[in-house]
Amino acid sequence: MSEASLESKKMRRIAVDPVSRVEGHGKITLLMDEENHIHEARLHIVEFRGFEKFIQGRPYREVPYFVQRLCGICPVSHHLAAAKAVDQLVGVDDLTPTSLKLRQLLHFGQTMQSHALHFFHLSSPDLLFGFGSDMKHRNIVGVIEDYPEIAIQGVKIRKYGQQVIAAIAGKRIHGAATVPGGMNKPLTINERDALLVDIADVIRWSQDAVALNETIHCSDQEHRDFGTLRTPFMSLVDPSGNLEMYHGGLRVRMADGAALVDQFDYRGYTELVREEIRPWSYMKFPYLQSLGKEQGWYRVGPLARVNNCDAITTPLAESARQRFKSLGGGAFVQDTLAYHWARMIEVLHCAESIERLLHDPEILGTDLQAPLGEKRSEGIGVIEAPRGTLFHHYKIDEDGLIEKANLIVSTTSNNQAMNESVRTVANQYIEGNEVTEGLLNHLEVAVRAYDPCLSCATHALGKMPLEVELVGIDGQVIDAVRKGSDGSFDRIG
Amino acid sequence: MRNPKVRVATTSLAGCFGCHMSFLDMDERIVALLEQVEFNRSPLTDIKHCDPCDIGLVEGGLCNVDNVHVLREFRQNCKILIAVGACAINGGVPAMRNHYSLQSCLEEAFLNEIGVDNPMIPNDEALPLLLDKVHPLHEVVHVDYYLPGCPPPADAFVKILTDLLEGREPSIPAEILHYD
Repeated sequence: MSEASLESKKMRRIAVDPVSRVEGHGKITLLMDEENHIHEARLHIVEFRGFEKFIQGRPYREVPYFVQRLCGICPVSHHLAAAKAVDQLVGVDDLTPTSLKLRQLLHFGQTMQSHALHFFHLSSPDLLFGFGSDMKHRNIVGVIEDYPEIAIQGVKIRKYGQQVIAAIAGKRIHGAATVPGGMNKPLTINERDALLVDIADVIRWSQDAVALNETIHCSDQEHRDFGTLRTPFMSLVDPSGNLEMYHGGLRVRMADGAALVDQFDYRGYTELVREEIRPWSYMKFPYLQSLGKEQGWYRVGPLARVNNCDAITTPLAESARQRFKSLGGGAFVQDTLAYHWARMIEVLHCAESIERLLHDPEILGTDLQAPLGEKRSEGIGVIEAPRGTLFHHYKIDEDGLIEKANLIVSTTSNNQAMNESVRTVANQYIEGNEVTEGLLNHLEVAVRAYDPCLSCATHALGKMPLEVELVGIDGQVIDAVRKGSDGSFDRIG
Repeated sequence: MRNPKVRVATTSLAGCFGCHMSFLDMDERIVALLEQVEFNRSPLTDIKHCDPCDIGLVEGGLCNVDNVHVLREFRQNCKILIAVGACAINGGVPAMRNHYSLQSCLEEAFLNEIGVDNPMIPNDEALPLLLDKVHPLHEVVHVDYYLPGCPPPADAFVKILTDLLEGREPSIPAEILHYD
């Protein structure tokens, strides 16, 4: 429904505003009719960097090093997506086997650390203590106090992922991994052996994390229904339809499982996806062109990938996937909070894949540079970042300087879905004109399930302190409440 | 009586969160740190405004008015303010937009972009006013210490905090001081 038609139906507008949006990031508005039905939820993303402009005129070689600095949580994703585009610019379609495996290993390490951070450091307090539990205690420090074993395992899984990155890129964050058509340095025997020491533990802890999430998700019907939507899913899959993070064809399946596209060459992404701008957010709204603006929004990320793939190539994660799929009886699991469970299945897949790659003799190879081909003027790199399908698109001029850059980051693809989940949760929990503290907490949990990143990184990291206003159609404030830093809840309107 | 814990606040302004991630790269050492330190306002807690704090760690530069507002709150409440990382110290990658007008950056992202249906520059009042240029912290408030790096390594965080907790003037040895 368009905004104009909402206004004409005399909707009320509720503004959910993080008082400390000074942390830069956003607020939520709800449009609500006279029966208190929520028609629209807006998650405003308020950060703007201007990357598309200032990358212009820079040499293409610099790009992977700039773009990783868009995001310190998943820098490797941007580094690799840009590197894949740069490979095309220098006429390389196939990396050497060792370079390909090093990039895959790097990406598994990154996905592991990012997923572990999100679950253990950020979301586990909600899930272990309850959505409405004591605010002072509901953070990673509280988890360390009450569940030290879980917290320390989480810290160590993240650490291991970071160590994999450091071994390949030289440091944990914003390292130097790729060169056009290859990799910067080989993995030494000592580095490989050091990583082998803890991998068995990491696999075991990852299994525990999957089991914990399965238990949390299935033990409570509220978790199953929470912000649940029926949407298409987009992800890369390998040529056999298996889960694939680094390189593959795009698969989009409708909510009922019917294929929209499969093994789609992502270099044609502009035919598949278009974006809409809305005046109230710096984050655009992508949609599937063939379905149109209204119906074409979709979800990406762990939930999309685990649902979309036909199988996972590592045995423990595959068995976990089958248990996950049995929840839907073969159909897609659309539960929004099942993102967490799917995320941990991927951590397990990363751990198994890292072990497999470390035992592969080719990982120690030193042939890192593919022969450069004829230079091309355009490169499009796509990977499955931790948060979902990530598109990087660059055009260069005759001197090899960037002329044009377009990025569709993973969180952007989930933009409409996050708004819809907030709307669903608001509908489910709002009571009359009163905005309850429970609603505020629950809105945060719905957004956090998607693990939003980049411009909304503070949302993901922070427990948003919130101020909510219920404004009547005449603009008068009907009700306003504030959640305080000490966990207090005040009516201020 | 036991001394109360040292109170630390952290925030990310126009940064990428990499400095916060690097802080967490102290890994299990965080457990020992928590015996001496409590987090106040931080992306890791629910606390929305600084109480009086001993140490404030600020990542990122200033790109909009909200960033300036938070920085002032930190300066007001923190006895010791530390500018963390390249962006806080000199603007970093976000400050690369300073070579262009803000208008041209917005136009590139929203009017000239590939695959966009309805070119327009978002202008809702919900969006905080962008600054014309991106600024480092010391142009707006007094900064007590600078921790360089993109990001500073975890060891550097541990060292500066340990020095301050033990009442020493911080000194970061060259081998853990990185500028990349």
